[in-house]
Amino acid sequence: MAIIITKQNRVIIQGITGREGQARAQLMMEYGTQVIAGVTPGRAGEEVHGLMVYDTVSELVAAKGPVDTSVIFVPAHLVKDAAIEALENGVKLIVIVPDRVPVHDVLEISAHAKKHNANFVGPNTLGVLSVDEGILGMIGGKASSAKSWFKRGNVGVTSRSGGITSSISYYLSQAGIGLSTICHVGGDAVIGMPHNKVVELFQNDPQTDLIVMFGEIGTSQEETVAEMMKAGKITKPVVAYIGGKGAKKGTRFSHAGAIVEGNKGSWEGKVTALREAGAHVVENFQEIPAKVKEVLAQKK
Amino acid sequence: MAKLYEYQGKEILKKHEIPIPKGAVISTADEAVAAAEKIGWPVVVKIQTWSTGRKAAGGVRFAATADELRKHCGDLLGMKIGNFAVEKLLIEQKLAIAREFFAGFIINDTAQKPMFLFSSRGGSGIEEIAKEYPDAVVTAEVDIFEGMKPYRTLELIKKTGLDPKTASALAPILVKMYEAMRKSDARSFECNPLVMTADEKVYAADCHVVVDDYAVFRHPEFGIEIAREFDRPPTELERIAYMVEKNDYRGTFFFFQMAEAADTKEAVIGFHGAGGGGSMMSMNAVSENGCKIANFCDTSGNPPASKVYRAAKVILSQPGIKGYFSSGSGVASQEQFHSARGFVKAFLEEGLDVPASIRLGGNSEEIAMQIIADFLGGLPVQVKGFGKNDSPDSVMKHLLEGMKKNGNKGHTVKPFVLPDTKKCDYSFQTMTGSIHVERAACAACTTKACIGSCSPKILKEENGAPALAIDPKEAKKGKCIECLACELACMAKGMKALKIVLPIEGLASYREKLTKGK
Repeated sequence: MAIIITKQNRVIIQGITGREGQARAQLMMEYGTQVIAGVTPGRAGEEVHGLMVYDTVSELVAAKGPVDTSVIFVPAHLVKDAAIEALENGVKLIVIVPDRVPVHDVLEISAHAKKHNANFVGPNTLGVLSVDEGILGMIGGKASSAKSWFKRGNVGVTSRSGGITSSISYYLSQAGIGLSTICHVGGDAVIGMPHNKVVELFQNDPQTDLIVMFGEIGTSQEETVAEMMKAGKITKPVVAYIGGKGAKKGTRFSHAGAIVEGNKGSWEGKVTALREAGAHVVENFQEIPAKVKEVLAQKK
Repeated sequence: MAKLYEYQGKEILKKHEIPIPKGAVISTADEAVAAAEKIGWPVVVKIQTWSTGRKAAGGVRFAATADELRKHCGDLLGMKIGNFAVEKLLIEQKLAIAREFFAGFIINDTAQKPMFLFSSRGGSGIEEIAKEYPDAVVTAEVDIFEGMKPYRTLELIKKTGLDPKTASALAPILVKMYEAMRKSDARSFECNPLVMTADEKVYAADCHVVVDDYAVFRHPEFGIEIAREFDRPPTELERIAYMVEKNDYRGTFFFFQMAEAADTKEAVIGFHGAGGGGSMMSMNAVSENGCKIANFCDTSGNPPASKVYRAAKVILSQPGIKGYFSSGSGVASQEQFHSARGFVKAFLEEGLDVPASIRLGGNSEEIAMQIIADFLGGLPVQVKGFGKNDSPDSVMKHLLEGMKKNGNKGHTVKPFVLPDTKKCDYSFQTMTGSIHVERAACAACTTKACIGSCSPKILKEENGAPALAIDPKEAKKGKCIECLACELACMAKGMKALKIVLPIEGLASYREKLTKGK
């Protein structure tokens, strides 16, 4: 069944006439995503790869019927307005691809999403791909590549790095391990669906038997996953790798940060918390496929 | 993350009508004395620095006379805190402090909300105080729609045992501080201490603000030169690279130099990554193979070839690097021939004198690797492209072989010269550069390969030479994607009739200084 994106999502693209919007509209459609139409203010009446362009989301909905998913490609400083527009027009899931969205804008998007009982992935995300179901965003770049790189199966991938989302998934497929959904949660500190939310969806997804998580230093997402495992909320096996082992610690400037976050965010802290919770943490990235095979074999 | 100095934070507080001590920021002893005369003696002298623990480092002093003040200025101006030299001091009226508090707002990534923190005990050592006296500390998430309501703020801070009078004096200031945090796009906004004086007035005696890097564009008033966290002043080369990044929104370009690589006998590598996660792993492959990294660099997010070219030119402005290692995640969504063309143009112009191993795994990697082989195979040093089935470690090992073959020689930085366009009689502007054609030379060309290679299809043949098929304004606005294919196609036919000029502000003079020997 996969998570986040399936053939059932009715998807729109905000910022469809831009360089990335056009290219990724083609990718998503050719992969099989149900893309309904696109939005760019001031460009109503144009077409992109056969998709109608509307000025606003409400005009799109009036013409094409309700939609539930939007992928945003507008410039970073316009993302907040586009996201709120989508939420106020019934969209329940937004994928925010652009990088450099101001964090206070993300806080506002988050508050609006909660009000509308909706979710968002990103910002600064490559997107989400469910094998043989659909793509939201730009994973794979071209449909032909996405089809040949990622094979269908029972492993879910969640990653803080876009490039690594693709590379882990490719190397797993090459090793004969199939995938349900692969998700780049986004590279920023404040993101709509951090690891813990994605892992929770995988836990409830009948297609997924094992979760691969690529974590990084900073934020407390991986620690939260560890807490959920300890609390018995996550029972499926988790294979994890945490990047940034060799990174230097920056000069401290914020007392509040230290008081609130304590030791969270460090490489050691994450690895220890995950191991204590029973996750399989590998220290060499190349070991991931072998470790996944081993854990899946134990499960049977 | 972009940090503000105390005096900048206080300018924000002032704008939001939060009381601050009378003060002035100065950079000479004469200015200090003049400021103190205006403020009134005695004064407090505080170094302006981007770190905590200033008091313990002796950076906060008091002066009752001009002589005392001059002595402090002599001690403090130029003082080293970490890797920074103190350039500015804040001179302020000395307050008769009766009580100290801590107040701050910070973005909490888990809650996705600002978080309010208040402690009825403040001052230096707040982190220890918070641990020792947990009852003195109150925290609360702030609802973005509601903000900090005055009555709720009062309720909150009273939980720390404040008396009604003190609490009601502080609450309105904390409400304004929240507004200041939101308006200045701060990731954290802290006053430690917030003080109450003997005559029961509240002042923000210190202020630490970290501004969201992504929102710096909204705040030219902060004068932030590079919106990024540094634990030392940026190098000149980093400043040059940052200008490239700032002036081209297409994709990412991030460059910084590693100090520890400067004085080492271990092999030093010019590193060029793509994507954060993959770059980190690729850097591990460098250190695991016993080499140091001269710099970190990341071009990702589908950058144009011109950006990769400029990144390579910046990396090759570092004398002594023994190898050039480019490696990202290994399975890139972007078309990898763009990066390949950027490398080719840079390496050919530089006459590359050290080996390069370029891991180009991802979309169209076969074409990308072929471009590297076709254009760079003839260089006297080993240059090779790799695909997604080659691990960072194996590519790094290949680079080590190349370095050995090159006698472990270090890179010599050459003067920065733009392509010679004197004979060119046709040109048009691109987003960050220009394209020039020597039309007389095109007469001998039968293929017009440049026109065929143009991926946005904006070139046409006119009188036997390439010319723009669109409005030049459109080309400059971005219709020309600076993919560099036309120049390489011309070169592949053994011609040099089409030249692309991509200036890099400041790099010529930087290299001149280097080559003349500092």
